[in-house]
Amino acid sequence: MLKTLYDKLWDDHLIRQEDDGTALIYIDRHLVHEVTSPQAFEGLKLAGRKPWRVGSIVATADHNTPTRGWERGIEGIADETSRLQVQTLDANIREHGALAYFPFLDARQGIVHVIGPEQGATLPGMSVVCGDSHTSTHGAFACLAQGIGTSEVEHVLATQCLLQKKSKNMRVEIDGVLGRGVTAKDLALALIGKIGTAGGTGYAIEFAGSAVRSLSMEGRMTLCNMTIEAGARCGMVAVDDTTLDYLKGRTFAPKDALWERAASAWRKLVSDEGAQFDAVVTLNAGQIAPQVTWGTSPEMVTGIDGAVPAPEDFADPVKAEGVARALQYMGLTPRTPLTRIAIDKVFIGSCTNSRIEDLRAAAAVVRGRRIAANVKQALVVPGSGPVKRQAEAEGLDKIFLAAGFEWREPGCSMCLAMNDDRLEPGERCASTSNRNFEGRQGNGGRTHLVSPQMAAAAAIAGHFADVRTLS
Amino acid sequence: MQKFKQLDALVAPLDRANVDTDAIIPKQFLKSIKRSGFGQNLFDEWRYLDHGEPGQNCAARPLNPDFVLNQPRYRGAAILLTRDNFGCGSSREHAPWALEDFGLRALIGTSFADIFYSNCFKNGLLPIRLPKAEVDALFDQAAAVPGYRLSINLEAQTVTRPDGKTLAFEVDPFRKFCLLNGLDDIGLSLRHAERIREFEAKRRIEQPWLFAQES
Ligand code: SF4
Repeated sequence: MLKTLYDKLWDDHLIRQEDDGTALIYIDRHLVHEVTSPQAFEGLKLAGRKPWRVGSIVATADHNTPTRGWERGIEGIADETSRLQVQTLDANIREHGALAYFPFLDARQGIVHVIGPEQGATLPGMSVVCGDSHTSTHGAFACLAQGIGTSEVEHVLATQCLLQKKSKNMRVEIDGVLGRGVTAKDLALALIGKIGTAGGTGYAIEFAGSAVRSLSMEGRMTLCNMTIEAGARCGMVAVDDTTLDYLKGRTFAPKDALWERAASAWRKLVSDEGAQFDAVVTLNAGQIAPQVTWGTSPEMVTGIDGAVPAPEDFADPVKAEGVARALQYMGLTPRTPLTRIAIDKVFIGSCTNSRIEDLRAAAAVVRGRRIAANVKQALVVPGSGPVKRQAEAEGLDKIFLAAGFEWREPGCSMCLAMNDDRLEPGERCASTSNRNFEGRQGNGGRTHLVSPQMAAAAAIAGHFADVRTLS
Repeated sequence: MQKFKQLDALVAPLDRANVDTDAIIPKQFLKSIKRSGFGQNLFDEWRYLDHGEPGQNCAARPLNPDFVLNQPRYRGAAILLTRDNFGCGSSREHAPWALEDFGLRALIGTSFADIFYSNCFKNGLLPIRLPKAEVDALFDQAAAVPGYRLSINLEAQTVTRPDGKTLAFEVDPFRKFCLLNGLDDIGLSLRHAERIREFEAKRRIEQPWLFAQES
């Protein structure tokens, strides 16, 4: 039987299956953070259970940690609940142990989906779970990676397994060459614009094609990160030289002879030639312009050369109604060219776009320029301590600071606005994060999703601007 | 999870329809990092005269004497009589956590909201659906007779009244099995612990790099 990459990963983790298809799947890597784990640990304790395999756990505090004032230590977390969550994670890891723990203030702390790959704790062929939906990021390494809820976190802690049913196979084939100024983020947004936020529901997506093969690991992570916004619980890319080159020598990656053995096994993590997919979607990378979302769902997106649509453009009355509501929330008038939409804030960060390559790309646009007068705040929040230090070693922080950006400590920050970084009601933001839902970046805030280059271009122009025309 | 086999307990009647999960446990208590200790805030807005916030000493708060669970004759009740559509609204699992933490083990009513209904089974609570006429009669009797008790037998799927009349109820066989044996999802999966261990041991040998650097 010819198998897809997803079939192979599924079969390799399948312990048993009920007649109705409910399966018990073995979990290799459990990423844990402060917000979705406290009740899971407490549940374990109440039931008199112990974690099954603490060696599978990699933990960090990222969701509600502050991005400045680190010199004040734990007291720097003003919100009591947030501080308690961070301290509870400390206590739980102290009590039970973990393969690795990067607590608040640690030099290697960062967004859970940035540090897993960065430390080599995410390896090809693994099943990876985390109580955060963007766990799909790790699929870039040919992992079966998916987000889970708190009761599932407890289930994985207690049993090292997840209960679930197998998804169908979807192949997203992206061929062609990306134009200048067009990135993996634009591919992801264009795909969601094409298939919709429910387009991938019930599927596991494999990204393939020449444009995907030529992406760096950072780019592949961005693409897989956004699969959840396309409705699929997991997205993945087959192993190739790029994958192995990225991982070699990383802290938790195997070494020497074990590396050689692992690498040859990982090479098989590709879909068999001729394997059957239940659905195939194709995109031509060469035709994709830098993308900007205009609404309150990632599928409400268009190229920078486009304009805000009108509700009557949509034949489906439910859709038209949704568009009307979105435009009202976003404070936008139909037919406004995207390049005429002025912004108040800029956020460069989140597990979608906070890796070194993202910061380099944004800095290249910003270099020697200043943010526009109408931009009240422009934040750069590196994805992790190592990303931050690497950027500083390259002088990127200086470029951002000289342009009027703020250079912050790592964390999720304004992606979900659990800490102090947030939008005020009505404020409009060019954001490199992944969700533009109502209130996501702060009550009443208006989020436009873009790539790091496009966020940088908007910061400089004061409104959305085509990064391709900025020389 | 606690097993549920038989229960003979005091009954408290909560004579309201459409009790939502926000009333069962108001949203300010969701900030907690715990899943225990919600019992003292069960029905917080109805139970206390002041506004409740997390972290208060509830023993010092003014109780609403009119609220049914505050009346001395119902103290220690483990069975709650409810009306239509109990547990509607938000899917928060804190609602069954709070009911269970308060000391309730079974709910009897005409209907329960869907997610709430299944959340109950995951947390060792038995929600029993009975026809309206039977529930009406139970409300009448509980009000008329101080110290009114009911006896529930899950195995036999019966509720027996003090006058000896037995009421039959329906329950999904799989949920019944889990509750009788105290099995939540985790308990169910752990029945396969041996299989999981074998799988893991084999994996450790075949793909040792997945376990690299683990002490
Ligand atoms: S950056 Fe945003 S999406 Fe990513 S893990 Fe943090 S909160 Fe979740």
